[in-house]
Amino acid sequence: MTQTMQDEGYVTADGRKIGGVMMEMKNITLRFGGVKAITDISFDIRQGEIRAIIGPNGAGKSSMLNVISGFYVPQEGEVFFHGKKRPPMKPFEVARQGIARTFQNIALFEGMTVLDNVMTGRLNYMHTNILQQAIWRGKAEQEENENREAVEKIIDFLEIQSIRKTPVARLPYGLKKRVELARALAAEPKLLLLDEPMAGMNVEEKEDMSRFILDVNDEFGTTIALIEHDMGVVMDLSDRVVVMDYGKKIGDGTPDEVRNNQAVIDAYLGVSHD
Amino acid sequence: MPDQLIFAMEVTLNGLMAGVLYALVALGFVLIYKASGIFNYAQGVMALFAALTLVGIMEGQVPFSHLINAIFGTDLHHFNWSVPALGAILLTMAVMVFLAWAVNKIIFRHLVNQEPIILFMATIGLAYFMEGFGDMMWGSDIKKLDVGLPQGLNSMIDETTYGLLGYGFFIDNLDLVATIIAILLVSVLVMFSQYTKQGRAMRAVADDHQAALSVGVSLNFIWVMVWSLAGFVALVAGIMWGTKSGVQFSLSLIALKALPVLMLGGFTSIPGAIVGGLIIGVGEKLFEFLMGPIVGGATENWFAYVLALIFLVFRPQGLFGEKIIERV
Repeated sequence: MTQTMQDEGYVTADGRKIGGVMMEMKNITLRFGGVKAITDISFDIRQGEIRAIIGPNGAGKSSMLNVISGFYVPQEGEVFFHGKKRPPMKPFEVARQGIARTFQNIALFEGMTVLDNVMTGRLNYMHTNILQQAIWRGKAEQEENENREAVEKIIDFLEIQSIRKTPVARLPYGLKKRVELARALAAEPKLLLLDEPMAGMNVEEKEDMSRFILDVNDEFGTTIALIEHDMGVVMDLSDRVVVMDYGKKIGDGTPDEVRNNQAVIDAYLGVSHD
Repeated sequence: MPDQLIFAMEVTLNGLMAGVLYALVALGFVLIYKASGIFNYAQGVMALFAALTLVGIMEGQVPFSHLINAIFGTDLHHFNWSVPALGAILLTMAVMVFLAWAVNKIIFRHLVNQEPIILFMATIGLAYFMEGFGDMMWGSDIKKLDVGLPQGLNSMIDETTYGLLGYGFFIDNLDLVATIIAILLVSVLVMFSQYTKQGRAMRAVADDHQAALSVGVSLNFIWVMVWSLAGFVALVAGIMWGTKSGVQFSLSLIALKALPVLMLGGFTSIPGAIVGGLIIGVGEKLFEFLMGPIVGGATENWFAYVLALIFLVFRPQGLFGEKIIERV
């Protein structure tokens, strides 16, 4: 269980070494007017881990991800990142700290090409100012080339070379999801947040995406937190799982622990709530 | 060559030149529309305000002098200095950047995620406010603007065409300068938005606010930048129109002429603004030349709008605008 874990981490079933706590959510409560989306939830995400957040529809999973990425500011509770308390931040500031994300209903720049979309992920690695950019020769050009190289690596990695110059609006759904992942990866995030990366995909696309997620974690050592509905996928991919229902945390632990948790079984199979 | 044809050629050339000036105003609209989805009704007034400020700074006019005089019973009009054109242009640009910052801070950051119509209404309010503010700050008399741009008949073109055709074309030097500046401005703007980091961020914001935030783009920074750019374009347009016809409050009406230009070229295309401007410029001059005598003249007042109306029926996205395709 989480509580008994040593601070320096643990070793997963498949022998990967998981590090210390990277992100800690403490007693988070989020309200929209009178509606409580999240009630007093605490959990942590460890260095190098694949952490899943699951739960029935409306459980507050996406809200939780939005709290981590700064899109929502919780009314109560604290967020710790690398051991330091994080003050309320705008989403773009969170992104600059090294937290990248994808969205449930895909938020890409539809009018731009795949390459341009992925390049936007590098914006925070480009430091030349407007004047240097205007002159273009020298530093700005060199910077563009370096970042272009990093982007090409990610494009190769996700096997989207052939659609590099295609405007995103023309791509089918599954590929859009992959481009969105590419853009998030281009930022070389410390923590990658994936909001239902496999929603609406067929079996083959799901397998591809699972492979990419595992590869990202393996090759870049990226810590990943993801929301997913497909139980099979979640159990296969993740190291630890948080289960939410009606805005409350009802389970937390390894896939096996969660699978045998009575509250979780009830939430998924449904019992009367009286 | 028949006289009629030679006249038509001269009219066409002049139409092209006038079109460039329309395009300059239309450009400012396109910039803001592309980057923030706001149709900025105040663009024409921004050009007026820029021109007023430029003249005021050059002549060393005391801003708000009427107000100050009315309150304190003083009689201030001018400082005892004048500022050279280049310095005044830079100072005016600084004022426009400040204006961009203030507009974003006071109005538009509170209207994030609102319907386009609400943002449009806000710009109408802004237009009237700025017109009044410009009046209060610099006074309402017509002023002459001279930043040292060449004006009057271009003798080279006159002589060359006289030698070739036996009739010298009248082309205003100022129109030529405006054309060159417009070409420069457009190339710079296109390169900026396509190839620079800030340009990429600007296009990102235009496309999707959430996604832009998620890759670490500050919306506020981009908006201030875009309004500053629009202010810069307004300043260029203000200088050109101000030099041509004096700095007067009817200058803000040129915004209305930019509307048909945008409908033709497409609201989202920088090259579209240029081509649209040229078509309107040439179209209305040629139409007046050919049809004016038949229908009794004054066609320039309505030709552009009718042309735009026809375009709306057959190609609502304009010549270069993005066609909106929705997957169902």
